[in-house]
Amino acid sequence: MGIGWAHIGTSITASFLASLVECVEALTVVLAVGSVRGWRSALIGSASAIAVLLLIIAALGTALTHIPLHILQLTVGTLLLLFGLRWLRKAILRAAGLIPLHDEAAAFSKNTAAMRQHGNLPAAWDKIAFAAAFNITMLEGTEVVFIVIAIGAGRAGTLLPASLGAVAALLVVTALGFILHRPLARVPENTLKFIVGVLLSAFGTFWVGEGLHLQWPAADWSILALIAAYLLLALATVPLCRNRSQTVASIP
Amino acid sequence: MNPIKTILREIFGLFVDDGTFALAILLWLFVVRTLSPHLGNASAWSGPILFFGLALILIESAARYSRRRTLK
Repeated sequence: MGIGWAHIGTSITASFLASLVECVEALTVVLAVGSVRGWRSALIGSASAIAVLLLIIAALGTALTHIPLHILQLTVGTLLLLFGLRWLRKAILRAAGLIPLHDEAAAFSKNTAAMRQHGNLPAAWDKIAFAAAFNITMLEGTEVVFIVIAIGAGRAGTLLPASLGAVAALLVVTALGFILHRPLARVPENTLKFIVGVLLSAFGTFWVGEGLHLQWPAADWSILALIAAYLLLALATVPLCRNRSQTVASIP
Repeated sequence: MNPIKTILREIFGLFVDDGTFALAILLWLFVVRTLSPHLGNASAWSGPILFFGLALILIESAARYSRRRTLK
């Protein structure tokens, strides 16, 4: 059976949204670095990290083709489950008000203040700006690379749609960064993280099931059922956590 | 700090922030893998069984966190 729209559509969407979240977080720090220490070193730092990540993708992409599919599905699916369920749990706890929401404007102010503490700017080459931009792009970019591989490696033909989703997110965020020159604080990042947690958990469950040779009642379409099931589960767990914390708090 | 150590810690942190939660997921995968060949007629539902276990682990972990957080 070839890959259908259930896989292509969900691969692009999951990869785009997950990469969008990571790119927005990286952009905030790069903007803080660039606006305080200068754009040249900050942009070279980010570009260098992207170049390193592309080399890693090229190397991993070649290596992945030599691994038997069910082993790849089981390994990648397990890692994706750990990653996706961790993300979804955090999103549920954020939505329940138990851990603070992520605030890009606050992150920008914090990073701007940190950059100012490093003192005077050198004339041409700023090692601090380069290192800060390189590190954040590598860190968030590594997550993007993992997400793309994890979403795309479970089935032949889905790596390209997953990669396209990530590239589209990078282009959108870069373009908005160039136009606005400020952090994308109005992006509903916490809602996106909730949705991405649902999508990654669904993909992880499906790939692990395939790797273990488990049966899905609707074959490939089960991935859509898993997305719906995780979404309902997460939405139902939010008030449960909220009520539970209120009940415990009211016990004298 | 050693940069390699920092990178490894960051990568580990991508998958694990609550050790009990991560361990429960891995244990459930091991249980499903062990039991799936013995499910007989129910094997057509082995995929959904995997999901239900993961769902319970997620609910329990989030509820446990909310209780622990409020008791602090």
